[in-house]
Order: sequence, then C-alpha cells, then structure tokens
Amino acid sequence: MTTWEPVIGIEVHVELTTSSKMFCGCAVAFGAEPNTLVCPVCLGLPGALPVTNRRAIEWITAIGLSLNCEISEHSVFHRKNYFYADLPKNYQISQFDLPVCVDGHLDIVVEGTVRRVGIERAHMEEDTGKSIHVGTGGRIHAASSTLLDFNRSGVPLVEIVSRPDMRSAREARVYAQELRSLVAELGVSDARLEEGSIRFDANVSVRPEGAGELGTKVEVKNMNSFRSLERAVAHEIERQVEVLESGGALVQETRHWDEEAGVTHSLRTKEGSSDYRYFAEPDLVPMVFEPEWVEEIRSTLPELPAQRRARYVESGLDADLAGILSDSALELRLIYEEAVSAGAPLKAAANWLTGEVMGWLRRTATDSSVIALTGGQLAELLGMIEEGTVSSSAAKDVLDGVLAGEGSPREVAAGRDLVQISDVSALESAVEEALAANPDAVASFRSGETKVVGFLVGQVMRATEGRADPKLVSEMITSRLGE
Amino acid sequence: MTADAPTIVEAGRRLRSGETTAVELIEAVIDSAHRTEAQLHAYLNLDREGAREAAQAADSDLAAGRDHGPLHGIPVALKDNMCTRGLETTAGSQILAGYAPPYDATVVRRLRDGGAVIVGKTNLDEFAMGSSTENSGYGTSYNPWDISRVPGGSSGGSAAAVAAGSALAALGSDTGGSIRQPASLSGIVGLKPTYGTVSRYGLIAFASSLDQIGPLTRDVADAALLLEAIWGHDPLDATSYHGAYPDPRARLDHGVDGMRIGVVSELAGDGYEPAVEAAVAGMVERLAASGAEVVELSLPTFEIALSAYYLIAPAECSANLARFDGIRYGHRAVGDTAEALMARTRAEGFGPEVTRRILLGTYALSAGYYDAFYGQAQRVRAAIQDDFASAYRQVDALVSPTSPTVAFKAGERVDDPLAMYLSDICTIPSNLSGHPAISVPIGVDDQGLPIGFQVMAPALGEQVMFQVAAEVERQADFTARPTLIEVAS
Repeated sequence: MTTWEPVIGIEVHVELTTSSKMFCGCAVAFGAEPNTLVCPVCLGLPGALPVTNRRAIEWITAIGLSLNCEISEHSVFHRKNYFYADLPKNYQISQFDLPVCVDGHLDIVVEGTVRRVGIERAHMEEDTGKSIHVGTGGRIHAASSTLLDFNRSGVPLVEIVSRPDMRSAREARVYAQELRSLVAELGVSDARLEEGSIRFDANVSVRPEGAGELGTKVEVKNMNSFRSLERAVAHEIERQVEVLESGGALVQETRHWDEEAGVTHSLRTKEGSSDYRYFAEPDLVPMVFEPEWVEEIRSTLPELPAQRRARYVESGLDADLAGILSDSALELRLIYEEAVSAGAPLKAAANWLTGEVMGWLRRTATDSSVIALTGGQLAELLGMIEEGTVSSSAAKDVLDGVLAGEGSPREVAAGRDLVQISDVSALESAVEEALAANPDAVASFRSGETKVVGFLVGQVMRATEGRADPKLVSEMITSRLGE
Repeated sequence: MTADAPTIVEAGRRLRSGETTAVELIEAVIDSAHRTEAQLHAYLNLDREGAREAAQAADSDLAAGRDHGPLHGIPVALKDNMCTRGLETTAGSQILAGYAPPYDATVVRRLRDGGAVIVGKTNLDEFAMGSSTENSGYGTSYNPWDISRVPGGSSGGSAAAVAAGSALAALGSDTGGSIRQPASLSGIVGLKPTYGTVSRYGLIAFASSLDQIGPLTRDVADAALLLEAIWGHDPLDATSYHGAYPDPRARLDHGVDGMRIGVVSELAGDGYEPAVEAAVAGMVERLAASGAEVVELSLPTFEIALSAYYLIAPAECSANLARFDGIRYGHRAVGDTAEALMARTRAEGFGPEVTRRILLGTYALSAGYYDAFYGQAQRVRAAIQDDFASAYRQVDALVSPTSPTVAFKAGERVDDPLAMYLSDICTIPSNLSGHPAISVPIGVDDQGLPIGFQVMAPALGEQVMFQVAAEVERQADFTARPTLIEVAS
C-alpha cells in the first residue's frame, strides 16, 4: 500500500497599517463608512497616477530581512491585468519577476523539532476593493446585486510565498502562526485574521512517499482562523489521497473551504496559469535599494519571536513556557524582563505571568496595554512568597489587588489582611483549638497514621482564613502530638 | 476672413499697457469661435461662462496689482483629454460622455494659477489615437487652411483653434506626434517637451511611457512661454523629473552660428511629398548660410521605430483603457452579470480604432507572444535611444520634416490605418527616446497648405531646441494665414 506524503506551500497576504495607502494619500482604516476613504487614484479615475508609499517599502524590507531574505538591489512594479468589478483600474499594481525580497526562510518549532520553511519571495502590491454580494449570504452565485466598497482599494499588501516545504497540516498551521506573530512583532500590520488584514491560502498536493516529482497542486482558500487552516489542509490531504487511491485523477484547481461543512469544494479550474499579461508599470520608476539603506532598516528590527524564544530557552526556561511567554503581549514580556532583572526567579516569574496574570486579564477582559502591574511589583510578590510573608494562595489575592490598582504587593497584603502568620505564639491557640475539636484525628495520629497532620493543618488554615504559614503549623502539630 | 489673433506676448503687452482687457481678449476668441466652429468643429465644449468669469477675475486682479505672470488673462484651449474639475472631459470617446472629473489636471491647475483663461475643451481622436481627429467619437475637426482637409491629430482641435484664432494658444498631448503633426498641418508651432518635464497627472492616459503634454502656439516664443508655465516637478507624477530645469527662453535670439545640426537621412524619400522635401532642404540651406555646420546623419533604427511604437503604445493602452468598464463612471451598458456589463459597455463605448489598438496590445502582451512582440519592441526602443545618443555626440540638434505630407483630405486615410500611421513616421522616434522636439511652420505648398519643420534635441535640451527653432522661424518669416475656404484639388 502506498504511503502518501503531503506537500504544502502557503501564500500569505498581509495588509500593512501604514497611515496612507500604497499609491495615494487616502487613510488606511478598517470599518469606515463604505467609499469614504477614496480619491481619484484608488478609484482608478481617468488621469490619476500612482505614487509609491515610501513607508510601505521600508516595511516590506523589514519583513524580508526578518524572513532572512535577500533584498533585491533593483525591483520593479508590474501591472497584473484582469477584469474584476472591485479592481478599479482592472489591473493590479503588483510585482512579477523583480520582487523586493527573495530567497529567505523561517524556522518553526513543531512538536519539539525545528523545521526550516523556505521563503521563495515577498512582494509589494495593492489590495482590491471589496465586493458585497447582496441577498445570498455573501455568496456570488445567485446574488441579486453586488455592492462595491473601495475603502480597501490601494491598501498596501505584502504577499509572502513559501516554498512547498511543509509536510503536515500541523506544520502549515504553525508556519502561519509564526508568520503572524512576526509581522505583529514588526508592528507593520494589525494581522487580524477575522478582519482579513492577514490572509492565508494553502497550496496542497500529495505524492507517494519518496517520489521526487510533485503531485497536482490544489489551492485552498477561505480559511479565517489558524484552526480552520489546519482543518482545511488536513481535509484536503485526505480528499486527495482518497481520489488517488480510488483510481481517480486530481485537477489543478482552486477550492473553497467550507468551515461549517468541514469540506472543500471546487471554485474554478485553472487551465495552466491565467494570462495576466504582466508588464512593467510605466507610471512608476524602478526602485533601487542601496545596501546602506537596507542595513539601516535592519538596524531598526526588533527582536523576533524565534530569536526571543531561543533566548528564553537558553536562559533556562523550558521550551513550552518560553514559547507561550514569547508569544505573549509586549507589556507582559516587559514585565517579565523587569522582574527578572529585579531578582525574580525566571521560572516563577514566567509561570505567574502566563498563568495568573494572563488569566486575570482574560477574566476581567482587560487589555494588556493598560496593565497596572510592574516588573518590580512581580519580583516583590515572588520575594514575599519566598520569605513566607504570604502563602502561595494568598499571593494570588495579593496579585488581584495589585492588578486592580490597589497598590504595591506589600500594601495590598496589609490592606487585605493577607500577611502570613509565621509567629508561633500567634498560632498556638488555633492549633490547640484544632486538636481539641478533632479528638479522632489526634487518636489516629497517635496510632501511627501520621498523614492526618495534613487534615489538621487544613483546619488551622481554615480558622486563620488561609493566613497561617502551613509549614510552621505542620511542625507545631507534629511536635505537639509527639509530646 | 483671416485669423489675426495676437500672440501671447503681444496680448500680454496690450493687457498691461491698458490697450485691451482680458474680457476683450476672450470676447474676440469667442467671437472667432462663433464664426468658425460650424466649419471647423475645433471645440467639443466651449466654456463661455467659465471663460468670461475667469477673464473678469483676471481683469480685476490686474487692476488690483495682482499680476499672475505671462499667461495672465490669456485665452488658452485644452485638448479634451486633460481633466477639468466639473467640466465635461471625454477624451473624444463616447464611453466618457457626460463625465465631469472631480479634479483638475496638474497642468490645468498651473494654468489657472498663472491667470490663464480656459476657453474650452478641444476635439481629438478618441483617447488621442489617430492623426486626423477623424477617430473622435464626436465628429471630425477640419483644417482652417482648407476645410475639406483634416487638421492632423490627435490634437487636431487644439491646432485648428489656435490656427483659426479661436484660442491664443492651446495644450495638446503627444504620444507619437499628436502635437507636432497637427501643428505642422495647421501652420502653427507645436512642441513635445522632454518626457517627465510636464506632469501627466490628470492627463487621460493613452501610452504612459510616451505621453507628454505640450503647447500649440502661434510662434516659437509663445511656445517657450507656455512651456515655462506648465512644466516643473510634480509630486503627483512619479515619472516627473525633479532635477534642474533649463531656461527655455535664454537663447531664443542667439542664432545658430557655430552650431552643429544633423539632417536625418532616413526621414526623406519614398512617401515624402516633393514640396515638403524642397521646403525642408531650403530651410537646411538657410541654417547653413546662417553659420550652422550641417551634416547628414544616418539613424538606421528610425526605419523600425514605427513598428516598435505600434507594439508599445497599444500594449500600454490595453491596460490604461481597462478602467473604462461602466462600473464607476461614464457610459454603462446593461448586463446580467458584472462581466457582461463590462464587456458590453466597452463594446458600445469604444470606437473602431481604439478597439483595434486594445486588441493589438492585448495580443502583444499575451503569454507566448510577449517576448516576440512587446519584448522585441522594447529592445528596438533601447536601440533607438542608442542611435540618438551617438547622433548627439556629433551634433547639437537634429532636423527633419514634421510630417511627410501636408494636410490630407478628410476621409482619405480612414480606411487605411497603415497610411494613417505613416503620418507619424518623423515624430515617433522622439517619443520613444523621451526627447524634446518642436514643429515650426516654414512655408506652404502650391495649394497654400502649410509645411512644418521639426527640430529635435537631447533630453532636457529645450534651450538648444528653442535656439534652433527661433532661427528657423526668423528664416522662414512665415506670415501666411488660413482663410477658411475649401481648396479644390
């Protein structure tokens, strides 16, 4: 029986959040009234001409460098010709054989193994307008009419094309997530899947394991979450294997992922590749990238998720924790760095941030950008646990108070009366009461069942509303019963 | 009657001396249009109201001491492929019938800022594709020198208006000769400036890498004056030149003594009318007599320039004209689907020559044909640029006829596109190289039809070009004026 090997490549479209569009001065914004962010250029009015947005070119360069690409010394815009109602000029200004970025790679970690995904190219283009098909739930077939919104027309778009280097749906998902966090980290895109500001298409084929030639490629579109990308690719692999194993043949086509039904269905068959009649855009001059300029862009790059993860692991965090922390919001990472430099233990700081702090933010629907906790406060709280000033469980209440803006951990612990009781004389009466109230447990202990100490400690903790130092209480009970 | 409108320079002098007013100038122009338009059809849209308002404003500004410069109060006509805010702009195509742009082209803004009075929009071959205005979607224009003949094209309306005195000057656009050839056929001066020196923002594109706006005027000095008013860097046009601009008027009266002038040997012979060749040869002799060193130069690639042009220009136009689909503006046909609506709109809206060029260009760019057609044409274009460069190592300027023939009869070439295309054989090389070139009237043939003389110069060589053109003008002493009658033949 044949073992089939899936081969997957991903094309990613990233909308840049420059303040203005790619070739005109209109604002880039999501959710504005339709057709309010438009001008003669992005509406394709007669006589209007494009002028390249310099910031967008800086940003694609930053993306390319982050993906280990070469930046072409000489890059050219081409016209990609096709008729579509939401494409105002009926050609898209895009790039053809001279893209800005070529030949890079992105390392991803899948099930503990590093996989290197090749990047064929990243090129600059403009987005189209939006067609809103009326009367059929958004589908074009049998729509009674179509409305056009050109606010998106001309928004800077970077297309990143991977090599067919992925071998599972899982890898495709991890690659997509990694790319998303990379562009988010660069601050060049909102990278919101649900708003379409980052969009993933997958090219999927299968071949008998060990075969050199690639199988027939199918493009899968319309995945609006990482989960749906993984499901769609997995389903498409399964479908292709089924077709081949039942003696059928695959056709090169574009298929649409139906999230609800969990299947892909054919959108259009590609007879070879479409003829877009590319030619160099005569309204724009070729771009020349000076090496000094490229180095200047490189020097402004932030630490990227993969680099940061590696740094965390090197410093002693385990891979999972390093991954979660690395992908967390910038403010949380800054708190982490600050806490560690204030003397907090790495692992505890990371655990508290990714566990308790993130949990609190989620529960209270608070954005991390307005978080009240500082790194110094987190270090202080962890120090209080270490020195026994608060118990671990009380520390969670202290943290809640700090996050709620009640003050520093020590202030909150005092204010909420959460400071741990570590004074023998202060605990003596509570211990005596617990022993007196539980003669059965005392008897069990004396007959050798020493584990009932835990039960007795619990009684003391309850009586002190959790503030007693459990270790001290345990010692006190053991020594009292041993008399 | 004769057209005896003043030059810009003369009108400006009269305005400032108080001999006339901007209102009188525009009224004379409107009056001339009233008398001639029925025969010439130079205008698609004569903006009487807007022009009168602008003239009144120009007069009160001048009275208040606000002089906006050499074009202040001067009536200028615009080829109807330049966008004018709120004023219908059709590019001579039915597909844009009724279309009023929401913005002014950069050249229009510059004219207005310079105090010019916009007379109206002139006729042209649809989307500037043609050499006679017979491809206009709104009827043919006729030549004031002989109303049975064409004024040339595609800026034929602008040329006819200036020749007839229904504008003191006009702007045209030149993609393969569309300013110079009609200027030549209509007995006026027409200039295509260096590519990138006049903003194309707001010019309805035909072939983006070749299109250039320029002046059509009654004399060489006016051309320099109008050029100065419209050129200069424009941040809205990415191909706009942003270095230093020469002073086009600096050497107008320097003569040609000691200059080296090349006569292009390929631009003569078969297809050239004897009267044209004789007039051009006569002028070359006079330039030599004025002290120029004249050499004959062979630029072999000029023989294939026309073929390269008819691949590059249609290829670019096939994309440039794709936006006319009925979705957002202009004519819209009825269709059950977006595709049907777009296809029908285009089938109904475009005339036969535009359709021909879109098809030609689409084919030239198609997969499998690109390299043999468009790619090859680009290589020819580079070779032409090399030929020019080697010529300009030997001479300061090149000269030739502007058109192989004088104005031809309306209808004579409409069914023979190739014969029509040959009208531009002398002018096309300068578009492919991006260099400046000017046509100056130097005489008339035995039927009294004007003959134009072309002066070409290297990129940004406007100063040298004007220096030679001014001498040509002095030597020609061209005083003939059109008579608006039909010449029997």
